[in-house]
Amino acid sequence: MAETRLKQLGGIVARQGILIAFALFLVGFAVFSESFSSTENLTSVVRQSAIIGVMAIGVTVVVISGNLDLSVGSMLSFATVMVVDLHDKIGPGPAMLVMLVAVLCLGCLNGFLVGMLRLNSLIVTLGMLSAIQGLTLIYSGGQNVDIADQEGTWFALFGRGEILGIAAPIVMFAVLAVVMQVVMSSTAYGRRVYAVGGNPTASVFSGIRRSRVVFSTYVISAFCVGLAAIILGSRVMGSQNNVGQGYELLVLAGVILGGTSLLGGSGTILKTVIGVLILGFIQNGLLLLGFAYYVQWLVTWVVIILAVWLDVAAKRGRLFSPIA
Amino acid sequence: MTEQTQTPALRLDGIVKTFPGVRALDGVSFEVRAGEVHALLGENGAGKSTLMKVLAGMHQPNEGRIFIEEREVTMESPLHAKAQGVVLIHQELSLAEELTVAENVYLGELPRKRWGFVDWTTLNAKTNEILKRLNCNFDATTRVSDLSIAKKQMVEIARALTVDAKAVVFDEPTASLTDAEKVVLFDVIRDLRARGVGIVYISHRMDEIFTLSDRLSVLRDGNYRGTLVTAETDEDEVTRLMIGRSLSYERNHEHVELGEVALEVRGLSCGSLYHDVSFEVRRGEVVGFYGLVGAGRTEIAETLFGLRTPSAGTILLEGEEVRIDSPVDAIAQGISLVPESRKEQGLVLGMSCRDNITLPQIGDLTTGPFVSNGAEVAIYDMYRDRLDIRSPSWRQAVGNLSGGNQQKIVIGKWLAMKPRVLIVDEPTRGIDVGAKGEIHNLIRELAKSGYAVIVISSEMPEVLHVADRVIGMYQGEIIRTFDAGEVTEDSLVQAISGIRADKAA
Repeated sequence: MAETRLKQLGGIVARQGILIAFALFLVGFAVFSESFSSTENLTSVVRQSAIIGVMAIGVTVVVISGNLDLSVGSMLSFATVMVVDLHDKIGPGPAMLVMLVAVLCLGCLNGFLVGMLRLNSLIVTLGMLSAIQGLTLIYSGGQNVDIADQEGTWFALFGRGEILGIAAPIVMFAVLAVVMQVVMSSTAYGRRVYAVGGNPTASVFSGIRRSRVVFSTYVISAFCVGLAAIILGSRVMGSQNNVGQGYELLVLAGVILGGTSLLGGSGTILKTVIGVLILGFIQNGLLLLGFAYYVQWLVTWVVIILAVWLDVAAKRGRLFSPIA
Repeated sequence: MTEQTQTPALRLDGIVKTFPGVRALDGVSFEVRAGEVHALLGENGAGKSTLMKVLAGMHQPNEGRIFIEEREVTMESPLHAKAQGVVLIHQELSLAEELTVAENVYLGELPRKRWGFVDWTTLNAKTNEILKRLNCNFDATTRVSDLSIAKKQMVEIARALTVDAKAVVFDEPTASLTDAEKVVLFDVIRDLRARGVGIVYISHRMDEIFTLSDRLSVLRDGNYRGTLVTAETDEDEVTRLMIGRSLSYERNHEHVELGEVALEVRGLSCGSLYHDVSFEVRRGEVVGFYGLVGAGRTEIAETLFGLRTPSAGTILLEGEEVRIDSPVDAIAQGISLVPESRKEQGLVLGMSCRDNITLPQIGDLTTGPFVSNGAEVAIYDMYRDRLDIRSPSWRQAVGNLSGGNQQKIVIGKWLAMKPRVLIVDEPTRGIDVGAKGEIHNLIRELAKSGYAVIVISSEMPEVLHVADRVIGMYQGEIIRTFDAGEVTEDSLVQAISGIRADKAA
């Protein structure tokens, strides 16, 4: 009897594990750090999470369709360098437009290789990760770029301004999340993305143009990177060539923490938003408790592994399993 | 069946296994004698697979005892069960494709030399010895991925023979074998029996059970329903034990009102898969395609559905020539295909019942940019009622339904498209007896209500029961088309073996 009760407890922990762990973290941080639970701090965490969050929304769509996008980090570098560089040359509006077109082209390339040619998405986007890094350096000639008139430009709105009294990055993140959540849950397009990720073969047998659906997810992902680049460029008013380095893993971590399965076919935008916020709060909490920033990397990794473990354990119905 | 008094190879006593909310096994007891083939029957969900997993150490029973040669044992893991002489040959093969036959046979217990290096000479010699005993014509060093499914199964059996097996459990072993391969498998099973091994044989196929088994035991809803001596019973009695009522297949002699020609195929060929295939299907009739696996039946269906490009020939729908380059084209032209493999091709298992049914037409169910929930639920409700789909709600993931209900979802999905031609490939594969009858009746009713239906099947009783006309195929060719009433089992067997009958004209 005691054994079955223990098993039931294990089941609950396995199903709700990530939220329980998150709650424990929050309580811990609030107890040990006075400034953690202040409104300013909480708002600033959400604002800082916006860039990762915007990208993670796009990547979630790709992951639901059963693929990966690891190129978003270096795509962010490319996009940010481009929009900042062009800002002073052709003005903020055209700069954003040109940058978005360029980034969408990269998304189309990803989509063509994975969707039309059916190449493995891990290989393709890993290759794009380093290819785009090269492209960025070719574009900038290795020079870091910045915007001369940082106070006078309306471009400052996106990273530094407020809309209706709320920080602009938060507004953009929230609007994008709501729009994409509705697209995924309530449109025919969203349904097709889930079907392709859930069973690619059956989706073809159901008259879904699988290649086009996969293609489109990479275009969406690239568009989200473009938005993130606008927020980042506007916030920093300059860019290093490798500013997005490592973002691809943080983005993926947010997606996984939210509970979207890497196997495709399940997950939601909302879950990803939660995952990204968890990630943000944990990193912020550790920082406030005085841990060095590299400790965050370790803890983040532990949390991700824990999340993946609990996820599979919930599916198996037990924490440890002799068979897969 | 020789000695009735000898000790049982395997005996189960009051096995109970519960899962949350389900009593999968409720006090199951039966014994398998050494040197007998003991068939185990039951509908899907009756508890056969659970019982076998308990036997193989994959599940621990909540109550009950297991005896091997009257010695009580517990099975802690599959390896532990094997060490004690109980081996399970799975329905789905579990071989490492990239390794050799010998490596697979002795996986986990490869003979070693000093320093832990594999002793290849001994390994291959021992494996070849076992393969010889099984009359296998392949070598220990063959890569498993190069073998046919039947031969892979032999490798699984060879694995069982590396230990002193007391009992071997076969779980639906013939599901993907051709007739010739079945004969070889049955010889091996009989040979094992002659060596005094107790064999548990799980199958849906009555003919196999009656050819092979000495005794049979029946499970229903997790309960043990009794053991019969095969020679003293018949299909009717067994079926009644299994489903609690009798079910008979009748030949289809219904008179149908034939409508106009819905589909006509002229001289269709596709590389080496099939060639010069011509036939027509009228509204109101069911045309059956019968033949061995690989005869080209499924490939014809896939061509009509736009999944393959024909190398020659024309397809006419209601008298008009059409070009079908993709499933999207086929659906637009009014062709629906219920594919051969429900789980791989037919359904998105993680999706809800409703979402699966509406998937092919999801783009047409929108109001503005959004999918109309009302329209979707209406379609689901309609086909749930019409097909008698049993599911707690439309939200239920299809993967949680029984095989029969899953198949009804796939059929519903394609009926909802209101097709001009409905193709059903293997309508009842892997479905239990009760649901089979329902699906057959459904297909008959569809034809009666004016649909043009093509049924592809590997089961002769099914074809004879369901089809008005039967087309016999052999190696990519139509050997003969039987009109309603003229088909006999003998002539059909001849046709699918490539024997061109005298056509009687």
